[in-house]
Amino acid sequence: MQLTNRSKVVVQKEMNWIEKLYLPAVFSGMAITIKHLFRKKATVKYPEVQREFAPVYRGMHVLKRDELGRENCTACGLCAVACPAEAITIDAAERKKGEENLYREEKYAAKYEINMLRCIYCGLCEEACPKDAIYLTDRIVPSEYTRGSFVFGKDVLVEKVDERIDVSKRKKEYSIVNNPGK
Amino acid sequence: MEPIIFKIILVAIMFLISLGIAAYSTYAERKVAAFLQDRIGPDRAGPYGLLQPIADGVKMFLKEEIIPNVSDKWLFILGPSMFMVTALMTSAIIPWGRPMEFGGVTYNLQVADINIGILYIMGVLSLGVYGIMIGGWASNNKYALLGAIRASSQMISYELAMGMSIISILLLTDGSLSLNAIVDGQKGWNWNILYQPVGFIIFLVCAFAEANRTPFDLPESESELIGGYHTEYSSMKLGLFLFAEYINMFISSAIISTLYFGGYNFPGLDYLATVLPTNVVSLISVGALFTKIFFFIFVFMWVRWTIPRFRYDQLMRLGWQVLLPLAILNMLVTGGILTFFNS
Repeated sequence: MQLTNRSKVVVQKEMNWIEKLYLPAVFSGMAITIKHLFRKKATVKYPEVQREFAPVYRGMHVLKRDELGRENCTACGLCAVACPAEAITIDAAERKKGEENLYREEKYAAKYEINMLRCIYCGLCEEACPKDAIYLTDRIVPSEYTRGSFVFGKDVLVEKVDERIDVSKRKKEYSIVNNPGK
Repeated sequence: MEPIIFKIILVAIMFLISLGIAAYSTYAERKVAAFLQDRIGPDRAGPYGLLQPIADGVKMFLKEEIIPNVSDKWLFILGPSMFMVTALMTSAIIPWGRPMEFGGVTYNLQVADINIGILYIMGVLSLGVYGIMIGGWASNNKYALLGAIRASSQMISYELAMGMSIISILLLTDGSLSLNAIVDGQKGWNWNILYQPVGFIIFLVCAFAEANRTPFDLPESESELIGGYHTEYSSMKLGLFLFAEYINMFISSAIISTLYFGGYNFPGLDYLATVLPTNVVSLISVGALFTKIFFFIFVFMWVRWTIPRFRYDQLMRLGWQVLLPLAILNMLVTGGILTFFNS
């Protein structure tokens, strides 16, 4: 089956004497390369200039808080069950009196760890989450020197109250696919 | 000023210019490569990456110096030194510009005007391969040895065609081997390239081969020979090899410009000489020569990033079966035409 029109039949014929001089081929090759000298460069000077990520990009996770600054996660464990790489570890705890401003539900995650070396960034945890708590963002996981330091705990994953992480792009896609009525 | 002091100053200047141009050729090479491949190349060290050669040089000096146990220590050191020395020696006889005048005394911008100029160049250039051979042999490494063997056989193959194409030039300049006479014979637009286009192509191809540049860089082909003759070299000895190669490229460009593109001559130089002071005209002529040299250095790089490496049998066939007969034919035709018109 022919897929494109770009296929070429290979012919191994003897070169004639002009081709044996190599010069015409050399000159046409040089004409091609000199054209590239004036082309727009493809390089992006990375640390200074950063390309925009695709809206579907799945990078480092974030644990969201609601508008009042309370953690959404209720430690149901669905993300850990959904995770094909078994990268998520959760310890649940009961919300005490007086902690209503910290946690939205009566149960919360006392420990929430993601091993970033195990994680395959598939996004299944995000899909499994019934509480809008975990999202994959366009942030890049920073480099570390030891394996242990790649196990990210709540101190890294939960967003700061005054430093919210924008996940509206992923939320939109999520709601269209799974909640057409919303 | 004593002439001998002037010569010493000129030698020092040429030495520094050769090294400086070689250093910045490495930078230019990377930039040209990048531009031809739609990239931007080194731009981190200094503005536009202009300090890159200095950073590279510092790196070369600070790297660990390794001399293999099984190598012949003295020959191992002699190899790169010899390559470097021969590369630097060639610049001695190139006329860099019109004579300068200080206090009524005329000084030629040429370290030595010897009457066998071209023979000297050919001799010293082919001596350069001894550096490669000694280095490759002393390394006691099969890849280095293969590279050295390739370098020497390539040198022999292309030297002949090169010499033949030069003979055609000599016929045009009444048999004088002095580079000064050859340059003087190309005033204005009277450049040798117009009379010897075929000879020029042959010389250019041979110059690529002599300077071990792509498409003839078989002695050091990374993908086949792991660096060829400098496989075992590290630190500044490797630096000397790489550096000398760029000096060779610079000198080759200078020789090409001198033999075929009128050296420091350009149309209108004689008119300028009547209206401007001698030393200013002299500097302008030096500038003209260097413009040509830089253009040819660019051509060297342009070709390198266009053409893939030849196969070894192709290289030998091109040298012996195409270039050498063509050069001889060119010489015979030139001689025939000159005889016909002179009689």
